[in-house]
Amino acid sequence: MTTTLNRKTESVPRSFPAAVPAVTAELSNVSHSFGHQPVLRNISLQVCRGETLVLIGESGCGKSVTTKLLAGLLQPTSGDVLWEGRPVRSRNSTEMRRDRLRLGYLFQGAALFDSMNVFENIAFGLRENTKMPESQIREIVFDRLREVGLVDSVGDKRPSDLSGGMKKRVGLARALAMSPDIMFYDEPTTGLDPIMSGVINELILQTQMRRQVTSIVVTHDMTTVRRVADRVVMLYPLGKLASEEPQIVFEGSCHEAFATEDVRVARFVRGSTSTQLTE
Amino acid sequence: MSASASPIDAHPSASTPIHGLGRMVVDSIVVLGDLFTFGWTLCGWLLIRLPRARVLWPILYEVGVRSVPVVCVTGLFIGMVLAVQTYDTLKQMHFESQIGSVINGTLVKELGPVLAAVMLAGRVGSAIAAQIGTMKVSEQIDALSALGADPVAFLVVPRFLACFLMIPALTMVAEGVGIFGGWFVSTQIYGVSSHLFWTYSDRFVTAFDVITGVFKSMSFGAAIAIIACHRGFRCGSGAEGVGRAATEAFVASFVAILALDFVLALLSIHLLKLLWALGIPVT
Repeated sequence: MTTTLNRKTESVPRSFPAAVPAVTAELSNVSHSFGHQPVLRNISLQVCRGETLVLIGESGCGKSVTTKLLAGLLQPTSGDVLWEGRPVRSRNSTEMRRDRLRLGYLFQGAALFDSMNVFENIAFGLRENTKMPESQIREIVFDRLREVGLVDSVGDKRPSDLSGGMKKRVGLARALAMSPDIMFYDEPTTGLDPIMSGVINELILQTQMRRQVTSIVVTHDMTTVRRVADRVVMLYPLGKLASEEPQIVFEGSCHEAFATEDVRVARFVRGSTSTQLTE
Repeated sequence: MSASASPIDAHPSASTPIHGLGRMVVDSIVVLGDLFTFGWTLCGWLLIRLPRARVLWPILYEVGVRSVPVVCVTGLFIGMVLAVQTYDTLKQMHFESQIGSVINGTLVKELGPVLAAVMLAGRVGSAIAAQIGTMKVSEQIDALSALGADPVAFLVVPRFLACFLMIPALTMVAEGVGIFGGWFVSTQIYGVSSHLFWTYSDRFVTAFDVITGVFKSMSFGAAIAIIACHRGFRCGSGAEGVGRAATEAFVASFVAILALDFVLALLSIHLLKLLWALGIPVT
């Protein structure tokens, strides 16, 4: 279930210290419910250092919840979330805060703070968690803006003045400001035109190449899957599964995802609508 | 967010009015428990870390300065209405010269703190709930956590401090303007002597009344901030959820203000009696 060798990690050699565990984040028999509504049932998933794991699946199948659990933004109803082999719940608040800074999160709608301008949004993590002088923060913020292809003058704009693609880029710049080891991308290309989607996909790849981060990408966009995935995991909505069926219906390489004969996966990756219209 | 099934929910077929009542009671206890836990977390952060001036000042301005016009207008009319309503009754008893004591006593002890608090709940409480609710719906609260900031420390503590610290000033403004409105109607329209208006006011309104009024207003401010932030954090999804959170924040704050007013009025009367018994002057 947790095969990790793939074309990308084989072709790009990594140089991590031998003492650092290969698995950076892990869900161990995790279930999660919102009130009486179960979303995830007994999920086990490992994310390995340096890989790009893409989570796919229908809307409402629990992809975003899975990433939030992996990022420690949600507590599982049962089971364990582990970072580098140690349960998240065993960390105290100081450790949790420190370790969380190693994660960067690009939210679905970018989640930029409305009350701040772009500069303040990107500087937020640095100002809250470090004692860096303002001149250094300024330098980092403009570096990140340029890294995502935006000019310095964007720093003065409010989030409401930005297009969807620019918001995603600023969200990415904000997530990268703390130089994270693991990047989470929640539907990074949703709502964007094909050109901007391509730009965001390139930024994901560039971030991966430049920083050698571990990436977890939630998407419905098969172009993104083809472009960035080392490993693909498909979740299926609990409501469509029998009680004993596993919720992870596919795990493998991108090539395998497109070649599989499992009808649930094949329908999703090829965008077949034959039965969905009647649901 | 997640909740274990209550004993009532263990019987899905239960749908009689008694079961409905039971479910409502259980839900209310769960919400109250959650509210107290939320308040406890806030107290912890108040002790650990105060907000930065850059974060606190704009909220102080929004809560305090921008509430002044609405508090002035309502305070003025309440003072004038009090004068209109009490003058005829007092005149029938030939006590119209004592109208200042009635107006000023009522404003300082009750109406000033309650009026300022209701205005704050309506103008600021609903806005806080809607703002935090929108941040929750648009994942900005998750973004705060992801960026290493505690949402309670960053969002709730400054709003709590702003409500707690600014409401005494707003109460004073409401009382001052209300007293002016009452004085204007009494002296300029009904012809009561200005000298008698202030003399009787001074005789019947004590320092104790002013202090208890300010203390009351601080309690109201704290309750409004905690309730509004809690409703925002527990906001449902979408625009409907945000709207409901704003409404619930106002309604719950209003009920809390009235309940606290009753409890604090009882306590202040007992405290006054105790001070008299101990021979401590309260004028």
